[in-house]
Amino acid sequence: MIKILFFAALRERLDCEQYLLSCEGNTLDVASVLSQLQSRCQNWQQELSHTDLLCAVNQQLVPLTASVQDGDELAFFPPVTGG
Amino acid sequence: MSIFVAVQSDDFCLASEYSELRRNAACGAIVTFSGLVRELHDTVLHGMTLEHYPGMTEQALTQIATDALNHWQLAAVHVIHRVGRLKPNEQIVFVGVASAHRPAAFAACEFIMDYLKNRAPFWKKEHTAEGDYWVEAKASDQHALARWE
Repeated sequence: MIKILFFAALRERLDCEQYLLSCEGNTLDVASVLSQLQSRCQNWQQELSHTDLLCAVNQQLVPLTASVQDGDELAFFPPVTGG
Repeated sequence: MSIFVAVQSDDFCLASEYSELRRNAACGAIVTFSGLVRELHDTVLHGMTLEHYPGMTEQALTQIATDALNHWQLAAVHVIHRVGRLKPNEQIVFVGVASAHRPAAFAACEFIMDYLKNRAPFWKKEHTAEGDYWVEAKASDQHALARWE
């Protein structure tokens, strides 16, 4: 299983905080996980297609080309606005 | 060299942080920055909520502080960021840098804030008279990184 987390405005718009995705032992890239999530419904398609979406694997910022596998924590979130 | 990073709902005290930064005898300069909840021009701000990604936030701040220590000769770096509900004029963030001389302390303090604004997973939601709105990221914050790259 890959644990997928959503934060801030994205979490609210998807109405989802955490989503578990089965990867059946395969290594996937983040972009392919993203397209699986986008295919769930029109709202997810739209919200997960923003070009400024950031992602982290195991709490490190990574590009969409990064790999994920069983047991990883993957997070998607909008650009950060702290400070 | 020491790093102190905290993500907390409680307020922080500038005087205590300053005293901690002063402890190192090699330190000849201290630069501090504090960021506050600011009122809005076009509507009344009741407050804001700071959300974060627990675990990643602390790692990101520690990484930024470590990068600063690798760039400049620093005696100590303190970074504190608050989360949860804050009222106008409350303190949000503190960065304090101690070094032997002032150029390193000034530069490192700006470096840490520039990277914090772009890399640390915090999000602000403003509660205003017109409703609740997520704050949009500013291109100017992203452009600020160019001078360090």
